[in-house]
Amino acid sequence: MREPPERRDRRRGLGPAGWFGAAVALAVLATAALSLVWTPHDPSVMAVAEKLRGPSATHPLGTDHFGRDTLSQLMAGARVSIAVSLIAVGLGAGLGVPLGLLAAARRGWVDEAVMRFNDLAFAFPVLLTAVLITALLGPGAVNAILAIALFNIPVFARVTRGAALGIWTRPFIQAARLAGRGRVRISLDHVLPNIGGTLIVQGTIQVALAILAEAGLSYLGLGSQPPDISWGRMLNESQTFLFLAPRLALLPGLAIVVTVLGLNLLGDALRDRLDPRLGRPREDA
Amino acid sequence: MSPTASRPTARNLGSALVALVVAAACTVTATLADPRPARAAPPDSIVLGMVLEPPHLDPTAGAAGAIDEVVYANVFEGLTRIAHDGTVLPGLAQRWDVSDDGLVYTFHLRRDVLFHDGTAFTADDAVFSLQRAIDTDSVNAQKGLFAAIDSAVALDGYTLIVALSHPQALLPFNLGWGDAVMVAPESADTNRTAPVGTGPFRFVRWVQGDRVELDAFPDYWGEAPALKAATVRFIPDPAAAVAGLMAGDVDAFPNMPAPESLPALEADPRFTVSVGTTEGETILAMNHRRPPLDDIRVRRAIAHAIDRRALIDGAMFGYGTPIGSHFAPHHPAAVDLTSLSAHDPERAKALLAEAGIAPGSLTLTLHLPPPSYARRGGEIIAAQLAEVGITAKVIPVEWAQWLDQVFRGHDYDLSIVSHTEPLDIDIYERGDDYYFGYENPDFEAVMADLRVTTDTAARAALYGRAQRLLAEDAVNGFLFQLPKTGVWDARLRGLWTNSPIQANDLTGVSWTE
Amino acid sequence: MAWFLARRAMALAITLLAASLVVFCVLEVLPGDPALLILGTGAREDTLAALRASMGLDRPAWERYLDWVGGLMTGHLANSLTYDVPVLALLAPRLAVSGPLALMALTLAVALAVPLGVLAAARRGRATDTAVMGLSQLGVAVPNFWLGLLLVLVFAVGLRWLPAGGFPGWEAGAGPALAALALPTVALALPQAAILARVTRSAVLEVLGEDYMRTARAKGLSHAEALWRHGLRNALIPVVTIMGLQFSFLLAGTIIIETVFTLPGVGRLIVQAIGQRDLVVVRDLVVLLAATVGVVNFLVDLSYAVLDPRLRQGGAGGRDA
Repeated sequence: MREPPERRDRRRGLGPAGWFGAAVALAVLATAALSLVWTPHDPSVMAVAEKLRGPSATHPLGTDHFGRDTLSQLMAGARVSIAVSLIAVGLGAGLGVPLGLLAAARRGWVDEAVMRFNDLAFAFPVLLTAVLITALLGPGAVNAILAIALFNIPVFARVTRGAALGIWTRPFIQAARLAGRGRVRISLDHVLPNIGGTLIVQGTIQVALAILAEAGLSYLGLGSQPPDISWGRMLNESQTFLFLAPRLALLPGLAIVVTVLGLNLLGDALRDRLDPRLGRPREDA
Repeated sequence: MSPTASRPTARNLGSALVALVVAAACTVTATLADPRPARAAPPDSIVLGMVLEPPHLDPTAGAAGAIDEVVYANVFEGLTRIAHDGTVLPGLAQRWDVSDDGLVYTFHLRRDVLFHDGTAFTADDAVFSLQRAIDTDSVNAQKGLFAAIDSAVALDGYTLIVALSHPQALLPFNLGWGDAVMVAPESADTNRTAPVGTGPFRFVRWVQGDRVELDAFPDYWGEAPALKAATVRFIPDPAAAVAGLMAGDVDAFPNMPAPESLPALEADPRFTVSVGTTEGETILAMNHRRPPLDDIRVRRAIAHAIDRRALIDGAMFGYGTPIGSHFAPHHPAAVDLTSLSAHDPERAKALLAEAGIAPGSLTLTLHLPPPSYARRGGEIIAAQLAEVGITAKVIPVEWAQWLDQVFRGHDYDLSIVSHTEPLDIDIYERGDDYYFGYENPDFEAVMADLRVTTDTAARAALYGRAQRLLAEDAVNGFLFQLPKTGVWDARLRGLWTNSPIQANDLTGVSWTE
Repeated sequence: MAWFLARRAMALAITLLAASLVVFCVLEVLPGDPALLILGTGAREDTLAALRASMGLDRPAWERYLDWVGGLMTGHLANSLTYDVPVLALLAPRLAVSGPLALMALTLAVALAVPLGVLAAARRGRATDTAVMGLSQLGVAVPNFWLGLLLVLVFAVGLRWLPAGGFPGWEAGAGPALAALALPTVALALPQAAILARVTRSAVLEVLGEDYMRTARAKGLSHAEALWRHGLRNALIPVVTIMGLQFSFLLAGTIIIETVFTLPGVGRLIVQAIGQRDLVVVRDLVVLLAATVGVVNFLVDLSYAVLDPRLRQGGAGGRDA
């Protein structure tokens, strides 16, 4: 395959878009971390008399319907949104990657079983899973994590399996096989390091998707619950103030857009750099 | 390929594609520009907005207030009816006599009443309706309303005799509930999806998930309503409710779900905003089975920790009347007892110390059902309890879970809920069966007296005593009376401003101009 | 090919059976009593028991499961617990909303994305490309429900061009019905279009570099002709794959968009039915959704064979590579 020339150029660095993405992702992470120790106001302290104030010197982004400081809430909201997404994707990868590796290493009925499990998990849209989990265990951030993680398992299993199958055909693996190494050892020592780039890229994309999913769930009232603050939760609370204070709906939405945009740009740049093959169609993807 | 050759072709391809996109965009714009149908031009119909869709349309087989809000007084009528001010008026019974011992009611029925399917309403239908409600396999959600009824027989086609096992002063009121409306044997089983009643409006169709359509019944026995048709639309999302009103898709929202949107709508001359009363006592329910909530000092401490004003301002945007006991403040027998549980954090802390509870050592669960009064109110109450050293762990639940876990399972510490049935102070005599598990023989004695007392003044005195007992025992945190906040087109007249029962009676509604 | 089809059909059947077991078990342990939910806090125990018996909830679980699966196979579905009408009767009018919504959104997304993607590829590195890619990055990042809220603010409340929500029904005429679906369609379609445009662009770029494209050009075909005759067909494979994968997102998207616009669609029916503990409706709809996703993935696999001549000759070809 002949590579488009521009892509070859970009592989040396992240490129301006990639750096922008990295900067946004870092900024969001830093804000979330900062909110642990400092926010302009306590994000959960209510002052009903101060409710729905517009931007001012004390409240740069105004206050919400309980008189809480919107800027502080946005900062604290980043924390929950990021934490939920990272944990959910981490869980999904933690279960999906081994499944994918196993399927690629063993083939046969193991492969078949993993793929059937994937079909089953894919058959339930993430929102439906979340609604069921919520009905079962009650709403909350933990259940949002569960639902998003469940959705991520088959994604990682598929991507890992596909990429790993490609590695298994390489000569050096054949050599290792001939040297008598076990399939599990080969998977861990040779396959996993070689598909790491692919997984990191997929991970970035999945975190972006998870942020959107968390927002959607919380917007529907199925995700984070008070007193937890998340961007989706803020959107959920703001929807009845759409006409009174559209700012309250616009700001968390913008925060989500910027964060997801940043993560996606970073993911694309990483893909160009780490894994030029990802753009290619894989029949088993 | 040379650059010079490639550019024009690429441009051709490009412009072709641009044309495609423009075409696609035009299609979209054409769809977008399609004019919205203007609101029904002749002002003889109405589009009513409701938050909840009823699960079905038979008020005698379900508790959902949404059923009554669609069909009560519009499609179905009872022997008596409850008017907008809460008084009991004759309905399908023109009048009734009570025997001296209060044990026999004789109802004289109207003779000119037809069901929507054309059959006549007679005493036999009335017997059938009552019998169906009290039968062993009855699925009437308020079977208790009929508990005193021993038998119901038709003396002739238009005279109904109801014999009671014990005197029940409230019988005519009870028979005015939606759960006691008159149905016909032919249609009783299908009323859930295709209700057939005797009211001024008949059921046309139900687009599940969206709306119910009604139109005027030409053979109605009473005065014909001004409206020829009514559509009830179900809009669960408060933002969509406001948008629907603003965009003119909905003419009236008799129970506006978002109190915060009222000030803006009030300022808009297109709308009338009405704030009235309901029978909904909103309480912070406490589980008396769970220590330390069995300790009256702890319950009083919680009551004193609550700042009702801040709660009403924060959760209800100022709409709502504080209550000091489980009784509607607009009822003539109501006594203002709010001072017994005035906001007093110091007192609350002292009471907790007295009960041997160190600050910060008490953690209670706070189960919150979906309505915003509960969810928002819960957030505020949790913050207020924190100020006196009680940690409230907020647990949002759906109604299904609330009913299962809190109401039936008694597995909770605190919960916020509005009791919307009229005159439901008697739930406090249900003792350990009921979810808060309050037991007080004195209170039960007052209730027993009430059941047999018919004199208005004596009843008021008994109600007053009952209210005081509940307030003194700090059975629950008594928060506020749920307001009826309605918004409608300023040209509409005749919608109920108060809500003595859950209903949207359209018989008197008309457009001006 | 036949072997491949049979294997896929088998797999689909097993998936559906597993899905039915999963959903039945979940619903069994779901807290909440449908009878209590219908009759409310004023109901007496005997009344509740009477209602439960009339719903058939007093029978053992395995019996109810077998009845249900047997009913599914023979096409006999039970009545909804809350509405007391056959599930299909409940579903049909909902499908008449969700189906057109999803199809229109998909059509609009493809109609926007494929031309824009090809355009961006054809003008790689130029301003057009940058603009299209920038917009698509933005589109991918926008939550569709938030976009829906913005559209309502602008077009329903601000400009008053379109209804803010609700659905008048198709019998009210195509005009009002389409008007009600316009904003939801756009809210669903734009994020999808953004993803598809990106996939299309990179697929076309890959194809442009292939040998057969150079051969086609050497045979005297113009650039556009070559792209059209040989390139697009091959470029469509990844696009179709992503469309298949996005389908389940689209379904999920309808749930949330139907909530934003209060449309009486399948998504809201499920959420509502779970809230009302209408176990009959929930289990039927979940299996239906799972079946839909399964069938769509199956069709995607089939479309490879149609689109890719290599796969057509080699049977199941790439799937087990």
